[in-house]
Amino acid sequence: MRAALIALRAIVAREALRFIHQRERFIAALVRPLVWLLVFAAGFRAALGLSITPPYQTYITYEIYIVPGLLGMILLFNGMQSSLSLVYDREMGSMKVLLTAPLPRWWLLLSKLLGSTAISILQAYVFLGIAAAFGIVLPAWGYVAVLPALVLAGLMLGALGLALSSFIKQLENFAGVMNFVIFPMFFLSSALYPLWKMAESSRLLHDICAVNPFTHAVELIRFALYLDWNGAALGWTVLATGVFAALALWGYDPARGMSRR
Amino acid sequence: MTLSVAGLSYAYGAKQALADVSFAAQPGRFTALLGPNGAGKSTLFGLLAGLLRPGAGRVEVAGHDMARAPRRALAQMGIVFQQTTLDLDLTVRQNLRYFAALRGLAGRAADARIDAALERLGMVERAGEKVRALNGGHRRRTEIARALLHEPAVLLLDEPTVGLDAASRAAITAHVHDLAQDGLAVLWATHLTDEVGQGDHLLVLHQGHLLADGGVGEVTSGAPLSDYFLGVTGHAA
Repeated sequence: MRAALIALRAIVAREALRFIHQRERFIAALVRPLVWLLVFAAGFRAALGLSITPPYQTYITYEIYIVPGLLGMILLFNGMQSSLSLVYDREMGSMKVLLTAPLPRWWLLLSKLLGSTAISILQAYVFLGIAAAFGIVLPAWGYVAVLPALVLAGLMLGALGLALSSFIKQLENFAGVMNFVIFPMFFLSSALYPLWKMAESSRLLHDICAVNPFTHAVELIRFALYLDWNGAALGWTVLATGVFAALALWGYDPARGMSRR
Repeated sequence: MTLSVAGLSYAYGAKQALADVSFAAQPGRFTALLGPNGAGKSTLFGLLAGLLRPGAGRVEVAGHDMARAPRRALAQMGIVFQQTTLDLDLTVRQNLRYFAALRGLAGRAADARIDAALERLGMVERAGEKVRALNGGHRRRTEIARALLHEPAVLLLDEPTVGLDAASRAAITAHVHDLAQDGLAVLWATHLTDEVGQGDHLLVLHQGHLLADGGVGEVTSGAPLSDYFLGVTGHAA
């Protein structure tokens, strides 16, 4: 037990150290959502009329609306970034070092997941801080209540990244992940526009958005920020986390031959 | 018997990579696994390290079955993979600390082991350097030091001299021979006959089959090893 905790701490610390060494990555991860918030949202606030839907109790500006979606974006990009680093780790062999440690494999993968989630959450709070500095302020207790939602959403997206990394054989294929996972997941969700708005233009698109686990992760974050309960979003996010984690475990099963070249 | 392998087979789809391989590596002995490229050496290492699961056969490390008690088996094994597996942006000591933690070692206990392992490999003065600044030979030494941290019974090395210059290659080969003399069971994969000493235990792997298993003199019947190897594999050694 003690050995498992020492390993967990080391794996998380390694993720953190690697992150510190890549300052560009930190800045890039912040610039992306900030551009959306300060440029895109400013342009769109006039074009998009939002009605009052839960968890909002008054009219809100578009900037306020997309904050949860942008938090989701940070977690999504980070989840994928960590899967990229896993593919890199495997090509470099450091994944072998991890997987030949005398600890249960699920624990090693979970430690890796917790490490990358912790870094995502750190970035999410820095983003919230900058947004607040620009006058985009949320309910005070929302900043606390959102933490468990961020943890869960981060784990879900990290698990997705982990699962993907076990199936991607080469670094070059990562551009495909960008096109076929990140963009559809982000745009076909409630991150940028409420689902009812989507339904006005296309029923099909609305239905796709409604089953997208990223939508539920974003809604979970949104409701938590307003200290509101959303059982459905929570349920779906937990379910998706479980499915992605199971896929990841299966993907890294030695019977499947992960060190295949 | 410290490392024993019985009836090991592995196939990538339809392609048979290893067929019914059995051997044992004894403590205090340098066992050289000699085979041309593509002989199945890396597949064998994947199986020994538990990264692949064999289609048939058994791997036992210090009495622990890799399939039934993988964690106990892994705890007795130090592995140096063919590619470098160090974090280039971290220092030698940070790399070793990470590895020690993966084996449940932390704090002063870990530092004592790290110092001892670095001492053994003549790497003490490099402990604070980033791995990126080290040359190939020193990176390898760091990896061997790392593989010894948890005091394993078996040391596996998969072509550890790839990409090294002649001097580092000779130094590391000699060093690992010394480690075997100190009582470790060493399994060293290579395709270079000059890394095998006269007193070593020799295994010859070719196209997934084990062609020879015995003392070097015994296997070659006194002929030069390179001639023997060329003869059985039909490859330039």
